[in-house]
Amino acid sequence: MDFIRTIATRLFYAVSLLLAVLVLNFTLIHLAPGDVADTIAQSMGGADEEILDRIRADYGLDQPFLIQLGSYMARVLRFDLGYSFFYSMPVTELILQRLPATLLLVFLAQLLALIVGVVLGVISARRPNGMLSHFVTFFALFGYSAPVFWTGILLLIAFSLKIQWFPVAGMRDVTLIGGFWAHFWDVARHLVLPVITLSSIFLALYSRLSRATMMETLGSDYVRTAKAKGLSSRSVVYKHALKNALSPVITLAGLQFSAVVSGAVLVETVFAWPGLGTLAFQSIIARDTPTILGILFFSALMVIVGNLLTDFALRAVDPRMRGRG
Amino acid sequence: MTDQTTEPTVKAQSPLSEAWDMFRRNHAAMAGLVVLCCIVLGAIFGPYLYPGKPFEMAWAPFSPPGADGFLLGTDYLGRDLLAQIIHGARVTLIIGLSAAIVTVVIGVTIGAMAGFYGGIVEEALMRFTEFFQVLPTLLFSMVIVALFGASLPMITLAIGLVSWTAVARITRAEFLRIRELEYVMASRASGASGRKLMFRVILPNALPPIIVQSALMVGSAILFEAGLSFLGLTDPNVISWGQIIGSNRQYILESSFTVTIPGLAIFITVLAISLVGDGLNDALNPRLRQR
Repeated sequence: MDFIRTIATRLFYAVSLLLAVLVLNFTLIHLAPGDVADTIAQSMGGADEEILDRIRADYGLDQPFLIQLGSYMARVLRFDLGYSFFYSMPVTELILQRLPATLLLVFLAQLLALIVGVVLGVISARRPNGMLSHFVTFFALFGYSAPVFWTGILLLIAFSLKIQWFPVAGMRDVTLIGGFWAHFWDVARHLVLPVITLSSIFLALYSRLSRATMMETLGSDYVRTAKAKGLSSRSVVYKHALKNALSPVITLAGLQFSAVVSGAVLVETVFAWPGLGTLAFQSIIARDTPTILGILFFSALMVIVGNLLTDFALRAVDPRMRGRG
Repeated sequence: MTDQTTEPTVKAQSPLSEAWDMFRRNHAAMAGLVVLCCIVLGAIFGPYLYPGKPFEMAWAPFSPPGADGFLLGTDYLGRDLLAQIIHGARVTLIIGLSAAIVTVVIGVTIGAMAGFYGGIVEEALMRFTEFFQVLPTLLFSMVIVALFGASLPMITLAIGLVSWTAVARITRAEFLRIRELEYVMASRASGASGRKLMFRVILPNALPPIIVQSALMVGSAILFEAGLSFLGLTDPNVISWGQIIGSNRQYILESSFTVTIPGLAIFITVLAISLVGDGLNDALNPRLRQR
């Protein structure tokens, strides 16, 4: 019962956050100089006031702000994000078309960063003065300090242009003919560099944090007790200490979702990955406000869902969290 | 602030000089500091010392570094890359620094109020902070810059608006811890006003982690600006390192150094800042000092 109530509170809270995001975005766009009518007029090669007024009436832009906001919210609640005049299709459809590519990239990058980061952190915590430990420290600094788009371009130059192991851009080879596995392999090959690039930032963060927490945990009393009982060092580390050292890392990973989405924008641009990031960039350049609003909405949704998942993951790992609301 | 592990024979040190001693012994942090000073000096005086013009075509495009008298070569329009790097350093550093200041001002104000007042104020302010954490930072500032113009103040504001949440959380946590300490109680009992308690009594002791975070914020603001200008959303007439990468990106087949060199500049600057930040963390955090 308690669990259900917790979930309900969380969901209610998530939805209200999302609505607040909607209001902020809509207000922001409304405050910006120029509106959709101007953009459309520009793409037509100019228009007089009469036509501008007609476009404004078509898009409901002649209504008072609060009414526009209200009708926008009402439409969003019915999953209608409006119509993109730049792509000439409904925004929801447009975004759902691009979303899987971004989700794939973001999910795999987070997963890779978490697994490799924790493994590196744990191994180096066991030998704090070993080679690997120094490597992790150095690597963490690199990951934090290198601009992610630059890392991407460096990998691109090294592994697509100089040694031609991976494709230069995109998500699939459109000329490819073959069965499911041929396509699967094709997408996987396209994924390698973008995923490594995006995970490089977070890998650094996670390995550093898990090294620190692991070292702290390994020095704690209960670990000493476990060792005194005569358990092997391996079993102490992986069965007892790891579970406790994990929760700060998961918390941090949860806080990174908005950074992951941001990083995805840059990585997608570098690798011409057909996801939300490239769509966001194009629609911002084209001033396609319905699409911009839709993407902001969806990315906030992604972050919120990510946070919820983190929350549940934390509860699974750390029983102390379960009692909290 | 006395350090109990200090030998009684050692002369008493001010906390500041003690921190500086700690910092000085950290070789990586000192190296970072030296590099950072060089970059700052280069950004300030470089344009006067080096005659190259960043926007003028100086030679054939893509001449490699070292050839024809151009130390770093020329870009896709035949412009002197070294001149661009020197002039770009200014913008990069100015935006990094001022965006970090905006971040710290917003973050400390909100965090301090949340941690000090508690109750409904804290609840409301922390909800507000969480709201900003949900916004996808880069996307949001891309939209601000694209819609409201790409002037330097607007870019600074756009970066500051989305980055303050970490500072606010740290400040709040410190305030929550410190406001229960006895010296604060004493000060409260002796009738100090709320504002005095907040900024004169509690804030000085909450500063160490805030300073460390602010140092790191300069680095992340530089990365942020680099991202925006790489995407071509900043003013094309104001040169910055990210922008050089963005405009040369299409030509990496012809020459890769026009992309790798400015990236290296960003990397070295941010690396130096994070080394300094790490050093500050060790020097200012007394808990770590005992290890």
